[in-house]
This record gives sequence, C-alpha cells and structure tokens, in this order.
Amino acid sequence: MARRMVTIDGNEAAASVAHRTNEICAIYPITPSSNMGEFADDWSAVGKKNIWGTVPLVIEMQSEGGAAGAVHGALQTGALTTTFTASQGLLLMIPNMFKIAGELTSTVFHVSARTVATHALSIFGDHSDVMACRQTGWAMLPSGSVQEAHDMALIAQAATLETRVPFLHFFDGFRTSHQVEKIEELADDDLRAMVDDELVRAHRARALTPDKPVLRGTAQNPDVFFQARETVNPFYTVVPGIVQKAMDKFATLTGRAYHLFDYIGAPDAERVVILMASGGETAEATVRYLLEKGEKVGVIRVRLYRPFSVEHFLAALPKTIKSLAVLDRTKEPGANGDPLYLDVTSALFENGIKDIKVVGGRYGLSSKEFTPTMVKGVFDELKKAEPKNHFVVGINDDVTHSSLEYDPSFSVEHPETVRCLFFGLGSDGTVGANKNSIKIIGEETENNAQGYFVYDSKKAGTMTTSHLRFGPKPIQAPYLITANTANFVAVHQFTFLERYDLLKYTQPGAVFLLNSIYSKDEIWNELPQEVQKDIIEKKLRFYVINAYDVAEKTGMGARINTIMQTCFFAISGILPRDEAIEQIKKAIKKTYGKRGEAVVQKNYAAVDQTLANLHEVKVPEKVTSKLARRSPVPEAAPEFVKKVLGPMIAFEGDSVPVSALPVDGTFPTGTTKWEKRNIAMEIPVWEPDLCIQCGKCVFVCPHAVIRHNVYDKKFLEKAPTTFKHMESKFKEFPGMAYTVQVAPEDCTGCSLCIEACPAKDKTNPSRKAINMAPQPTLRESEAANWDFYLSLPKVDRTMLNLGTIKNSQLLEPLFEFSGACSGCGETPYVKLLTQLFGDRAIIANATGCSSIYGGNLPTTPYTFNKDGRGPAWSNSLFEDNAEFGLGYRLTLDKQMEYARDMLPTFVNELGADLVDSLLKADQTSELGIKQQRERVAALKQKLAKSKNPQAKNLAAVADALVKKSVWIVGGDGWAYDIGYGGLDHVLSTGRNVNRLVLDTEVYSNTGGQASKSTPRGAVARFAAQGKGLSKKDLGLMAIAYGYVYVARVAMGYSDQHTLKAFLEAESFPGPSIIIAYSHCINHGIDMVKGLDQQKMAVQSGLWPLYRYDPRLVEAGQNPLLLDSKEPSIPVEQYMYNETRFRMLTQSNEDRAEALLKLSTEDARSRWNFYSQLAAMHYGGQPEEK
Amino acid sequence: MADLNTSYLGLKLKNPLVASASPLSEKVETVQKLEEAGVSAVVMYSLFEEQIIHESLELDHFLFTGTEISPEITSFYPQSGTYTLKPDAYIDSLGKIKRAVNIPVIGSLNGVSTGGWIKYARKIQDAGADALELNLYFLPTDLTLTSSVLEENYTTLVQDVCKSVKIPVAVKLSPFFTALPNLAKRLVEAGAKGLVLFNRFYQPDIDLEALEVVPNLVLSNSHELRLPLRWVAILYGQIKADLALTSGVHTAEDVLKSMMAGASVAMLASALLQKGIRHAAQILADMETWMNEHEYVSIQQMQGNLSQQNVKGTAAFERANYMKVLKSFKTLP
Repeated sequence: MARRMVTIDGNEAAASVAHRTNEICAIYPITPSSNMGEFADDWSAVGKKNIWGTVPLVIEMQSEGGAAGAVHGALQTGALTTTFTASQGLLLMIPNMFKIAGELTSTVFHVSARTVATHALSIFGDHSDVMACRQTGWAMLPSGSVQEAHDMALIAQAATLETRVPFLHFFDGFRTSHQVEKIEELADDDLRAMVDDELVRAHRARALTPDKPVLRGTAQNPDVFFQARETVNPFYTVVPGIVQKAMDKFATLTGRAYHLFDYIGAPDAERVVILMASGGETAEATVRYLLEKGEKVGVIRVRLYRPFSVEHFLAALPKTIKSLAVLDRTKEPGANGDPLYLDVTSALFENGIKDIKVVGGRYGLSSKEFTPTMVKGVFDELKKAEPKNHFVVGINDDVTHSSLEYDPSFSVEHPETVRCLFFGLGSDGTVGANKNSIKIIGEETENNAQGYFVYDSKKAGTMTTSHLRFGPKPIQAPYLITANTANFVAVHQFTFLERYDLLKYTQPGAVFLLNSIYSKDEIWNELPQEVQKDIIEKKLRFYVINAYDVAEKTGMGARINTIMQTCFFAISGILPRDEAIEQIKKAIKKTYGKRGEAVVQKNYAAVDQTLANLHEVKVPEKVTSKLARRSPVPEAAPEFVKKVLGPMIAFEGDSVPVSALPVDGTFPTGTTKWEKRNIAMEIPVWEPDLCIQCGKCVFVCPHAVIRHNVYDKKFLEKAPTTFKHMESKFKEFPGMAYTVQVAPEDCTGCSLCIEACPAKDKTNPSRKAINMAPQPTLRESEAANWDFYLSLPKVDRTMLNLGTIKNSQLLEPLFEFSGACSGCGETPYVKLLTQLFGDRAIIANATGCSSIYGGNLPTTPYTFNKDGRGPAWSNSLFEDNAEFGLGYRLTLDKQMEYARDMLPTFVNELGADLVDSLLKADQTSELGIKQQRERVAALKQKLAKSKNPQAKNLAAVADALVKKSVWIVGGDGWAYDIGYGGLDHVLSTGRNVNRLVLDTEVYSNTGGQASKSTPRGAVARFAAQGKGLSKKDLGLMAIAYGYVYVARVAMGYSDQHTLKAFLEAESFPGPSIIIAYSHCINHGIDMVKGLDQQKMAVQSGLWPLYRYDPRLVEAGQNPLLLDSKEPSIPVEQYMYNETRFRMLTQSNEDRAEALLKLSTEDARSRWNFYSQLAAMHYGGQPEEK
Repeated sequence: MADLNTSYLGLKLKNPLVASASPLSEKVETVQKLEEAGVSAVVMYSLFEEQIIHESLELDHFLFTGTEISPEITSFYPQSGTYTLKPDAYIDSLGKIKRAVNIPVIGSLNGVSTGGWIKYARKIQDAGADALELNLYFLPTDLTLTSSVLEENYTTLVQDVCKSVKIPVAVKLSPFFTALPNLAKRLVEAGAKGLVLFNRFYQPDIDLEALEVVPNLVLSNSHELRLPLRWVAILYGQIKADLALTSGVHTAEDVLKSMMAGASVAMLASALLQKGIRHAAQILADMETWMNEHEYVSIQQMQGNLSQQNVKGTAAFERANYMKVLKSFKTLP
C-alpha cells in the first residue's frame, strides 16, 4: 500500500486519523491539545472528507464540559464522534466520561496529556490528567512518539467499535504533541482496513431514535444499581484480547508491531523498568545502548494501561528479573504509590510473586526532562541491595531526599545523529524556519528527523530554542539536546550571549553560528569572555553573519529566519549547497506562496544574498575580552529573587532544589522590577518644553514604564545631571517640580505613549512632548534617572482628585513590567485598576493572557507600595473565576461582620470613641480609608495588650474593617463562554464584587480561537470561514438584572470615560462589570495604532460606550448613560483596518461582503436599541405630557 | 441621426464616451449599468503596483506578527485557507466583467517602476481585456532625481509593458512635465498606442486642529477640462497615437469640446459618481441634440477641428494666449 513519509507533529498525527474516522468533532481550546481541534476545523473548512466520503462536522463549544456533553449526545444518536483535550479540560469531561462508558459507547478521545493545576498552573506535560480518569471505565491507550500517536489513534478507533468500551488515547503534551517527526502516514485504505463498517453500523443501530424508541439513562435505586453496574464486566474482560487483535492486524498492514506490554531487553534481564508514553522511548533507547554494553536490563512499555491485563503484564516480565522499577509521570500525594506502581505491585501480589524487588519512582512532572542519564540512574539504583523506593528522578529533592543520583555526562545518542540548536528571538521567524528545515531534511533526504521547540514565559522579547536532530539511524530521543552534545549551535540574537550560557551545549569541534551587527574582524572583541573561552577551549568553528543587514536590504525587515536557515544548510552540508538552496526555495514557495509572489520573491532574495555575507571567523588563541556575562538579577535584589528567580531567568531553573521553593505556591509580589530585560530598540524621551502634563502617556502605557510625579523642588538637589524636570502645572500643586520619567530597561518600545501624546511642537508638529529615541545610548543615564525618580516621594493619595486623568496618573501603578505583548491593549486597564484601588485590592484572575502575564514565573508584575500594600492575586481556574472571586467577598463580608459583632464587647477596653468610629467609619474616600486604617492599627495595638480571650480573634479579623476591593478579572473566553454561568450567578447574588472583562474578542492566550465575543465577519481559529453570527451582548445581559453596575469602555476613544467607569464601578455597593475593549496582536493590527482602532470601533457603532448605574434609578433618572456619539464612520473603515476581518475578503469575498453588510446593520441596530433604552423615562411617576 | 462612432486604440466604439477607472468598474452589475447607459467602453479600476507588492507583504506581515511567541501561540489564524489577493481578484473580476458585457473592457495598471509586478499586464490581457491603460502616477520628491532620469524610467516601463502584451497599451499621464510633447513622442515610440490626458493627483489637505496632513478626495468639475483640452489640442496630429481626454468631463459640451480638440474619446468618472450612471445616457442624448442642431453628422467630422494644427494662429494654445486672458480680466466696477 502506498504511503507517504511526512514530517508532522503529534497533534497533527492524531488528528489526522481522528478526522478521517469520525463524523462529528465537538471541541474547545486548551493547550497543548488545541491544535488537534484546529487541524480538524481547518480540514473541514476546506472540505476534507473522512473515509466514508463526508466532511466531518466540527463545532466549538463553550467549555470542555460542553464539548463532552455534545459528544455524548452525538454518540447517543449514532454519530462517530470525537474530541480533543487536556488537563483541566479532561477533568471537565469526567462526568460525561462516566456516562459514556456506563452506556458502553464507542468513541475515542485524543488527549495531549498535561499537568493538572495544583500549587500552580502548568501548560506542560505529565499524566496527572489522564490518571484522574482511571475510574471512569475508559480504556487507556498511551503512545510515546509521533508515529505511535498516529498508529494508536487508529488502533483505538478500531478497538472501541469492537469492544464498545470508550478509549482515551493519550500522548505526552508538548513532548509528543508538539514534537515534529518524520513518520509514515497511514493511507485512507489503512483506515478502511482497520475500521470495520459492520461495527460502525452496529454503533449507529444503538442510536436513540423515535422510530425505535428506548430509554437510556434511568435513575436506579439500591435494588438494582449495583447489579446493573456489574453487567459490563464481560465487555472489559475481552478488551485486551481485542486490542491485541487490532494491533496484530495493524502489524500485518504496516509492519509496525505493538503489544499490550512491549518488552525490550535482554532475555535474561535482571533489572527492568516499566513505564508508558514518551518516557518509554527514552527508556527503550537507553536499554538498547546498555544491552550493547552487556548489561542485563530491560524495559516494559505499557501500551494498554486500562484495562490493565495482569496476564499480559506477567507474560512480558523476563523470568530472570530480580528488580523492577515502576515509573509514573504523575503524583498522587498521600497514596501508597503512584498509579502504575500500585497496579504492578497488586498484579504481582495477586499472583504470589514475591521474589522481585519492586520500587516506584516519579519522573517528568510538567515536562521535566527525562533523559537516558536518568534511566541509567534508575538501573544503577536497581543494582543496589536495597534500592530506594518512592524515589524521584530528574530533580534535586533535598527535603525528603527521595531523588536519585545520576551521571549527567551519560549519553546514548548514536554518533551519526546530528544535533543542532537554534536560539532565536520570538517572532523573528526562527521556529518557523526550523520547522521548514526539519521538513526538508525529513522529506527530501533519507535521514530521520526530529524537531522540538521551546519558548520562554514572556510574550515580548522572548527567546525561542529549536532543537533539531537528524541522521541515518532512528531517533528515539524525546528530550532536549543536552550540554556538550550539540554539533551546531546558532545564536540569532547577539544580546543573548550577554545574558545566557548558550555555548555550554556545544560539543568539542562543533559549529557556532552567530548573527551580529559586527563583522568577522570586529566580532571577537565584542564577545563576553566566557564565550571567547568556550570557543577557544572547545575548538569551535565560528561563523558570523550580519543577517539584519541582509534582511534590511532584501525587504525582510526584522525577519532573519530565511537567512539563518540558509547559513545552517550551507555550513552543515546536509545537502549539497545548490540542492539545499533549491529545497529552501521550494519550502518558501510552499509556506508563503499563498501570501503572494512579492513575499516569495523577497525570501528568495534573502536566500540568494546570504552566502556572500556569511564568514568564518579566525579565532584568536587567547581570551581578550573584558566583558563578562551579566548576572540575571542585580546584586541589590532580595535573596529569594537571587537564589530562586535568578536561575530561572537564566534558564537554569532545573537546578533549583526542592527546598528553595515555596511549599504552597505562594510567591512574593513585585519581582519583575529585578528582571531588566532591555528589549526595546527605542524608548520614549520626554521634552519638557512641550509637555502639558496631561498624564495621557502614563495612562496608556501597557507596561507602566512611563510615569509622572510632582514633588518638592528641594529633592532636585540630588538629581543626576541628565534628570529632566519642569515647573508643575497642577493647580493643586503650585510651585512644585514635575517630571515624566521612563524606565529604559523595562520599556518594550511599543510607542503607545507617543500615539496618545496630544502636545505637538507648533513649528514641527511631528515632534511631540515625548518621542522615541534609540535605547542603547540612553540606557545608562536614564536608568540612573529612573532610580532617582523612584526615590522621590509620591503624592499623598488623599490630596488627589482622582476624577481627572492627570491626577489619577500620579497614583503609583502596582502592576508593572509585565510579560504581555508590546503594546498590549489589556494591561493599561489592569494597571489603572491597581493605581486606583491596588492598595486594597484582591484579585481573582481567570486563566488566560492576564493570568500568564500576571502570574507566570519567573517574575511577576503585581507589586506593592512603600507601606507594603498592593494587590493580592490568585488564579483558580478558567471556568470558576467569578465564583472564586465571590468567595473572597464572602470571606471579607463575613469577617467584617464578625469583627463588627465583637467590637462592642470590647468597648470598655477600647473606649467608646474608637469602637464607635470603627463601626461608623465613612470609607467612601481615600481619606476615609486612610483614617480607618489608622483606627485599625490603634485597635490592634490595644488588643495586643488585652487579656480578653477574644482579643486575638478580633485582631485576626480586624483588617476586614478596612474597605477592600474585590476584582474578578479575565478575558472574553472566560466571561462570555466557559465562565459565563458562574459570572451570571455571581452578578445575581448582589454582592459587592467588581468584574473587569478584558475583551479581545478572541481566545488570545491559546492562539486565537473564536469566542462568543468574536464579532461577525472576523476570521479566527474555529471560525475559519469568518464568524457568521454577531457577538453576544454581555453588557446588555448584565443590565437585564437592573441592580448591576455595567460599563462598556474603550480607553482609545475616551480615557476619561474609562476612568469614570472604574471609579463608579468600584464605588457601587453591589455587583459591577466593566467590559473593556482591548486591542490585541490577535487582531492583526499595527499595535502602535491600537488606540486608534479602539476609537474607530466606537465611532463605527460596533462598540458603543455606556454606563448603567442603578443608583440613578433611585434619583428618578434613567440608569443608562450612552456615552459615545452616534456612529460616524463606516463599519468597513474600522473592520478592514484589521487582518482578522480583512483576510476574509481575500479568502471568501462574497461572504466577507455579506457579513460586512450584516455588521453594518448590527452597528446601526445596536445604536438604535441603546439610544432608545437610554431615552426611556425612569421616574417614579409617569412622564408629563 | 448623428453618427457618434469613433475608434480608440484600434477598437471600434459606438460613441466617444468611455467610463474611466473608478469604483464603478468594481462590480459586474455596475459595469452592466454603464453599458445600458450607453458608454462605449469601460476602463477597469486600477490595479496598483503597490497592491501587487504591498498587499502581499502586508498580509504576510500580519499573518506572521505575533506567531511563535509562546508555547501556546504558534499562530493566530487558520492555516489551510487560501487567499485571493487583490491582484488575483482583479484578474478574476475583469474576466467576469468581460464575459458579462459587450462593450470593450480596458484593464488598468497603475505604477511607476519596472519590476515583477508588470507581469500583471499579461494576466490582464489573458483575462480578456481589449486594451490596457498604464497609469503613470508618481510624485517626485527626491531632490536628486532629475526629470531626464524620471522620463527615462517611464519610457523603459512603457516599453517593458508593451513588449509583454499583444493588446494595445495606452499611457495615462499627469500634466506635470517640463516637455510634455517630447515625452509623449517618446512614449509612443516606446510602444504606446494611446495617451490619456490627464491623471488627477489627489491633493492631501491639512487638519488645522490635529496639525496633521489628511487625505482628501475631491471629485472633478467641468472647469478642470481646460488643462487636458489644451494639451490634447497641442498633441493632436503631432504624435502617432490616439488621445483620450479625461478630467473634467461632465457634460455633452465637455465631450464635444474634447472631440474638437482632437480626442478620440472622452473619459468620465466624477460626473457618474455624482449624478449616477444614467447621466451617461443624458450626455449622449445631449450630444446628439447639439450635433443635430449644429448639423454635425458624425464625430469624425469634428475630431481635431479645433486642435492647434487647425486653429488659425497657433497662439490660441500657446503663451500669447496667456497675455490675452490676463488682459481680458476686468474687476467689477
């Protein structure tokens, strides 16, 4: 049978089979499984058919719970149905999974196994999610490589139809789901051969239909439930046999033979490990290596984990075995061992096998590396008379001392395998080019090939690492390229060398390729001394190219991907140069051809001009540099930052021991300030002669790097010479000095501040009161100015009229230097929240962009003021954020009530005045809150001296007497979709919580999937044809309660309106919701113009601004205030300025036109509706005629 | 009944009223309405060199921006979609229009530099265009760029385009040349079969409040006819190419004047945008009325009759006329 070799990742491999063997896919995005749903959606969008000749129907649901429900329903009515998920998503499916299994329903769920959030969220891979499904009654079939993810997807599909037991097919998130590998693609005929149409028809015949009515899903009582539950046993008994039969059939078709427990090792092995999924690949490669060295070792790879066939497991054990290590990739605290360990030990016990020493160990949580050296460490441990049980491998557990030692220099990789590492800047195209390279190598040469890609935690100025392996031998290496093993290291961004030790990966004699603005003659003296030392000592062949120059000259801008890719092929010699260039050009045509000839041509030009600019550097014999690699954090940083966060910043986090980490996931705030990222090429420079002190630049800054302050002139005596200042123009602060200051090392260079600046030079209007200038020359002086600026006293909050932009921006931001995208449209709102209420705010944050830039290690942006007060922040889940935040409120309310109840009982000790003033405090102003804090401090002092047994209890809750501000923050994916039910309920409770919806109209964080907020006509993931229906009007739904404060804002249209809405929402003594238009990189806009887009969204009528304040009803007024003007620009003018809308005109012009027309009607009808609502009479008496 | 037939670029036209490049040719339905209203040919809206190059680059830029920035975000948009970029949509649209109407359809390319984009001339031809109008629209702002270099670039471009197609090519020019007749002659030598006079440069405006330069589109009026009228009259008979007059053609009188100056056709867009497509029918009817009243039996009869060649004393179109005009201006008492 003719089959193609393809180079794809695990998600595509699994989805390819799933899409071809199902009729319905109900999906919901969650990393790292989202791509499977996206592939399915993309394929259906272009009409790709399944093996029965029909295009599968793909539907996005509001949550994984919803997806599972839809799958259940579709299965019950007879469709072949599937879904794709991971982690929390899989947990949300569990209730339906019980039902699906209980009803003996054939289906396969494909899961890219991911860590379940515990002390922290992690998007990376382990088995904690799938192991949480053991009890559901599903068969569990793990795969360990991309090829296996492809193969097992089919074996699972065949087996589920025959057994009627549903299958959970899983593979390791990221490690397999995102690893690119050369595999043999299964042909449609393979799928037809494996999937028995008779069984498909039998599945359909079990469907619910009124033509043959049955009732399924009864409620049963104690009399029969138990017995009925036992009826399924025979179905489970036969599963192992049927799966093996399917595997055997598959082997005859493809030559790839799998067994329920595959044993690889010496027939007379004494030491054996057992494990599943990608770790099995590593263990197998290690065993094969050790066998060649004569070691008596073996590995059992679990293929069918549930039902666990004891018979097949025992048959797989070599008779000579003396010790067995059971490796689990999950942690079940409190259990007598992790799941596979318990299965193995009970299997042995039940069969009376006692002469094997069995130990359990844990590895690889959250994609922690699992390498041959660790496997070797396990085998070495098994040699011991008393091997450690319940060990961990891969980390340094210096608390309970459970970790195994291993030799880090051990390697099993074949000498003919070539290992290459590429360090690129996120968005310079390095990863994309390497994906192309690995495809070229995989598909155009005889080599086996593997690619894996690693990113850091921030979304601007990130470092990407591409790990490429290729060679004539099969590659069984699902782990990163390790120190001293790379044959080729390319550093695409020169400044990385100042910050990270990247040459540690090179093996002696390796190639080092560097992109730099320095020529081959200049480069040596620009390198840090550590780099020079490595080059000399390891005898590296050192090449340099100024790829920026080539990119600039060939119209590639900042994209150096094609150029560096050409260098790689030229130096590595994998293919003859001419052939390599031809293949690169072929890949360019394939990748970019759809975008037009000009793009292809510019890439061709870049390829053609590369080689002339690539130079080998003559390496001197001695280290000459005076430059040293920078420390990841400054010496002045707190100890925790230096010891724990510093190594993480330097990509050395794997070395952090258990003892260094918090036990409960609690971290200090205010840590981004220590990570000076220096990612801006240009930063704003203030021109006092033009400044009108409006504060707009400060207001819009997404990263809180531009600030202004008024202060006593006396402080200027100690100012650095370049520190700028002018006379204060604030009427409240006459005679004082005023400064606008930029944090040069924290700025991302987005220039939103320049866009917002209204002050222009009358003789040269292109010069504003702030202008961009190159960062490097300003870095040192401005850093000193920034430090001095921070030392200036802040204006007393109680002195400020917070209703004006300029005054509100004198408040210290307690959210700074986040890892959000440069020019982010969300973060200015978050920052404003912290300025206004941060010193008393407690934030519940839904999972999404805002939780990632808000809480992803190593450093986090929420910070505190000089009094140590600042936002307390937590992320529970994606779906429960509103309820989570309500919980905060309930505690605060309860504790305040408790404190208030207790206070009168202390009147004799505290004095009537203090008690009375605490109970009657007016906290509606900053001054009132300040005074209450002072009273509480006095209360605590007095209570400390009290002998009353209740004093300590009162002291413990006394802080609740000061007004706190509860904020529930999240994106539209949360508020409109997965969390809507909770959000709605929390609104209905009437409790005083504030919700901030950062509405980007798409799932930004998971890569642009459509939400119910996605506007009509926008193209998004899961809406490849452009969203056909208009966005949900969340604000209107909240208004319907009548007692909820609702505001819809867009700071790009009116910053004053935004400020007012925040102040009103917070002051409203009940539930409030602010829906904030947040421009986003997902929209396909020039982020510099994000504020203009916000303005146009409002002007077009698609985003009318309003405030709905129930307090106005009491005054007899209409509570709805429509704050924007009647639509004044065509909807088209707004929409077609954004790629998300414009691309539909390029992919489906007729549909784009039709949707534009409907969008125009949406804007008009929405305006008409709101304007009529705002004009209604709301007085207590009928309107006078 | 007067004979309105004329010929332009070798095309036999039923009258000299041609719809010039405008949004009216973006849709098949409006071109059909133009045909119904009586226009004898239609020039498609322009396909810009910038569109051919920049739209592709822009799409690429935005599809690329923000990709691969985090483990969760490899890209934002569906990957399997195919895009019909403006240039391809243009070719597609031209083909549809050509099939839907019986009048000649003239493709329009707008650009200034020779390069890969001119292959769209061939694509326009292959899509069925009866002729091609090459719009040379360039604003020289570079102090080092001399007029001779600029003109040389133009003639090279025209030569390259003419070589790449078999259909006749007309060149649309701006009036801002030091020696227009000479350039016109060289363009014809480079292969142009017709000259279209003139392009209108859309002049930006200044927003006094925002202190910004803002784009501003102002439609033409009949007063603007004078400039092309003069140059058509000067060139008529001197160069071996057809002349099309455009800018300021709003009425039957404007068309008749164009013919008398020596134009083969008069092109209009602003008038149709302002007054509707049916206005073309009115112009044609008015022309016939005028010709009947003035006993003209055909357009050919008047074509070039008031060109520079035929006007007694060539000063009417030259400098001497300038003095006369100045002196004729009287301030109101």
